[in-house]
Amino acid sequence: MPNPEDIVDRGFLEARGKLLEVAAFLDRAERYGRADDYRVVALKKALATLSDSASASQRADAFLRAMSDPTEQPLDRATTGPAAGAWQQSTE
Amino acid sequence: MRYIEPHAHMVSRVTDDYERLVMAGCRAVCEPAFWAGFDRSSPQGFYDYFKQLTEYEPRRAAKYHLPHYCWLCINPKEAEDPGFAREVMQLIPEFLAAENVLGIGEIGLNKNTRNELAILEEHIDLAVQHEQLILVHTPHLEDKLKGTRLILSALQNNPRIRPECVIIDHVEEHTVREVLDAGFWAGITLYPISKCTPERAADILEIHGRERLWANSACDWGPSDPLAVPRLALELRARGFSEQDLDDFLFANPCRFLRQCEKFRVES
Ligand SMILES: [Zn+2]
Repeated sequence: MPNPEDIVDRGFLEARGKLLEVAAFLDRAERYGRADDYRVVALKKALATLSDSASASQRADAFLRAMSDPTEQPLDRATTGPAAGAWQQSTE
Repeated sequence: MRYIEPHAHMVSRVTDDYERLVMAGCRAVCEPAFWAGFDRSSPQGFYDYFKQLTEYEPRRAAKYHLPHYCWLCINPKEAEDPGFAREVMQLIPEFLAAENVLGIGEIGLNKNTRNELAILEEHIDLAVQHEQLILVHTPHLEDKLKGTRLILSALQNNPRIRPECVIIDHVEEHTVREVLDAGFWAGITLYPISKCTPERAADILEIHGRERLWANSACDWGPSDPLAVPRLALELRARGFSEQDLDDFLFANPCRFLRQCEKFRVES
């Protein structure tokens, strides 16, 4: 590859800013009494994969898997509403 | 720079977007049939939609000298009602001969249900019977991984499917490898929040190479950017991709897949 621009120069401030948004979002959810919402819980759990040495070099992949429905069988009927971004175990 | 926009829902866009695509170097736009954002009340609504995709939209694009192609199906969301879906599917064969129809799509799954899966299998049969290319939509967010695997098995269970004639769209880091390893083409969709950013798409190319991959904006009625593909080109240049690499990925790759349909006539 011919002289790619410095990858850290280009991405660092944006990544820092996005991570700060995550930190502030988790604080906000807590302050509003929503820390136990399944999406917030899933996000915190998936965050742990970022610092887990097992996901080195595949953090994006590991994050997406952690947020995914782990079941294999098709559902009997569609759930209502759009996809939420985090998997919630069915209570039926 | 020249490129192909292989997945855009132009019925939801303003005419200015056609102009902007052409000004950015777009040489052809391909429009899969999809969900309108609301459920249609009758199969006749789909008849009108298929007319729009095969007659009206190509005329709108032609004003900017942009070739417009399309794909036909009933989308996975409305496939949850199989009786309704089958009525719509009966309308498809009469449109397949239209000169801008490339194949069956975007079929696939939405919430990974049994009904969606049954209609997906029937669409696969329809494509095989009429020797059509297939474009597959994979589900959103938390449903994508499971849905991609169900789709791969449905395709692999049909002995007449040739993987090189099928593109599985909206892959991300956790699904791209399985799709490519199974011999299918894979599409990367550039969405600001819910799919890939240009940076992540560039990562996928660095890691997995560009063979059997394309990128698209999938611009529609939701938050999306019709110029997402040229924006990806900016990121790829910053990563050291040459103009030749860009042309090969953004123009030649979609042409390689789409030329398997003889109606796709974009000169190199
Ligand atoms: Zn689409």
